[in-house]
Amino acid sequence: MELRKNYFADVRKDDLHEIGQPRPRSDSPGHVTGKTAFFADRNFPGMLHLKMVRSPHHHARIRSIDASEAERHPGVVRVLTAKDVPHNVYTILILIQIGPEDETVLADGKVRWKGEAVVAVLAETERAAQEAVAKVKVDYEVLPAVFDMEEALKPGAPLVNEYHGQNYYLYDSGECRKVRFGDVEAGFAGADHVLEQSYQSSPIEHAPTETTGCLVVPEGNDRFTCYTNTQAMFFTLDNTSIILQMPGSKLHFVGGTVGGGFGGKVDVIVEPIAILGAKLTGRPVCFIYSREEEMQISSPRAAEKIVIKDGVMKDGRIVARKVTGYTDAGAYSRHSPYGAQKGAGHYPGPYTIPNVWIDTYCVYTNRTPSSAMRGFGVTIGDFALEVQMDKLARLIGMDPLEFRFINAYRDGDMKAHRQPTEGAALIECMQEASRAANWPVAEKFMAMTSYVKGA
Amino acid sequence: MAKVPVQFTLNGSEKAEFVDSGTTLLHALRDKIGDTSPKGGCHQGTCGACSVIIDGELRLSCLTLAETCNGVAITTTAGLSEAGVLHPLQRAFLEAFATQCGFCTPGMIMAAKVLLDHTPNPSRDEVVEALSGNICRCTGYEPIIQAVLTAARSNSQNAA
Repeated sequence: MELRKNYFADVRKDDLHEIGQPRPRSDSPGHVTGKTAFFADRNFPGMLHLKMVRSPHHHARIRSIDASEAERHPGVVRVLTAKDVPHNVYTILILIQIGPEDETVLADGKVRWKGEAVVAVLAETERAAQEAVAKVKVDYEVLPAVFDMEEALKPGAPLVNEYHGQNYYLYDSGECRKVRFGDVEAGFAGADHVLEQSYQSSPIEHAPTETTGCLVVPEGNDRFTCYTNTQAMFFTLDNTSIILQMPGSKLHFVGGTVGGGFGGKVDVIVEPIAILGAKLTGRPVCFIYSREEEMQISSPRAAEKIVIKDGVMKDGRIVARKVTGYTDAGAYSRHSPYGAQKGAGHYPGPYTIPNVWIDTYCVYTNRTPSSAMRGFGVTIGDFALEVQMDKLARLIGMDPLEFRFINAYRDGDMKAHRQPTEGAALIECMQEASRAANWPVAEKFMAMTSYVKGA
Repeated sequence: MAKVPVQFTLNGSEKAEFVDSGTTLLHALRDKIGDTSPKGGCHQGTCGACSVIIDGELRLSCLTLAETCNGVAITTTAGLSEAGVLHPLQRAFLEAFATQCGFCTPGMIMAAKVLLDHTPNPSRDEVVEALSGNICRCTGYEPIIQAVLTAARSNSQNAA
């Protein structure tokens, strides 16, 4: 690894001992010998298997549930429905006051997406649990569903989630997150060119090789040990405490070893119901997603639609940017209101634009709830922004890399959400990229710097 | 349900178990015998995390019925190091940073071992082909390929 020491030479410290040096990973010896203990690498005598009855409909009212035949199935120990869950309606981010609680642990009266958990079956073997799942009879009244964000926002669209009352997340700023900076309409009026483009993405599944799951052991001291592959131990601990109305001191979470997460294991889905099963049966319980569940049930990255309108001058300066972003939360919030909000701050990109207007909507549809995934809220936005940058450069006949140098933010520049830029290094990165990719730019750009003394 | 007796060697040790008919070798190894080095990623033969070596051949333990394994010799990643000394493949994976989450690693090492047992000096293409049944969702394929090539070189140096 090569460290470029010519950048920021007057502000950097070069007495580094670790950076630039390879260091062995502490977990690798376990990985290469097979000794790393993933959550499922344990076995407890008498452990029950939990399997879910899931909604076959995108949107339906539940008229009735008849689990009597499933309860009589050989090997079945217990069947759980909504009434067994002490605090059945929750939302993960309530811990940081992002409500309302809008999601059921087990469906209560209604299902809002295909695959939603309705009834949990606990049995002596995985096979018995699976067979019993097929014997639970749920009588559904199918309701109209909405799958498209713009359709969902139209008057008269089916209401996805009654806990919200409308098909968008209500921020303190209203129906969307807003950024207002300068005068965007005046910017467009004075621009040499205006370009409006629309960008869309589909949901993306993380597909970790290890599926989501947990093992729960009721301990002799009236506590529950939960071995889990969650990426969010404390979110899980605290939400479980709320859902089960159980003090956190009764819950002992063991984890930190995750067989691939990528953001797909930050929701609180398997642990509360498995711990409840262990509590009500007094037996160890495992709830591990099948590969099919991992692909179809676990939260994907949200689908997004991003409409970008830019005003640009012939000399390369972007003078105005208006963005409307839509994040498809699916049927429940999970982490999506936060993702949509991140987009609002991010859509100007690493560029200094004097006039900015941004609206981002977090929209509810009858699709699989989306949530975190690697840079959610900004990754799809970056794709849209950089494609837009290339299109703008082409529009004014300018080299796309030089176009980015002209607009790159530098220390001291005010961002649209009114945070001054500090510690910028975009120009330096682009200078290195120019060399590495053998994509030469004019000497004046190679002489630029992000660092502004005293900024 | 009537149990079926099954007896094989695992990493050189005799093992005997009674299993339900239809039990996979993966389930028998992990939940009956306690060797959890093979991992269950898909239980449908597509991810390769459950790979083991049966009589010298690479096999998916999630698609292999335990009751068909009478009299065979099974090797897993848990049995590769001897007296605490890592196998050259294990050492190469460690030194080449060829692990990230580690879930695919035991299966990768099994696939690589079968390759090197049959083809001591593989080409890069042969390594890629040999690992093509093993999914790494952290997408760290390049260091894994390099680790296998490094292990092959260190083997041939030792042999020389």
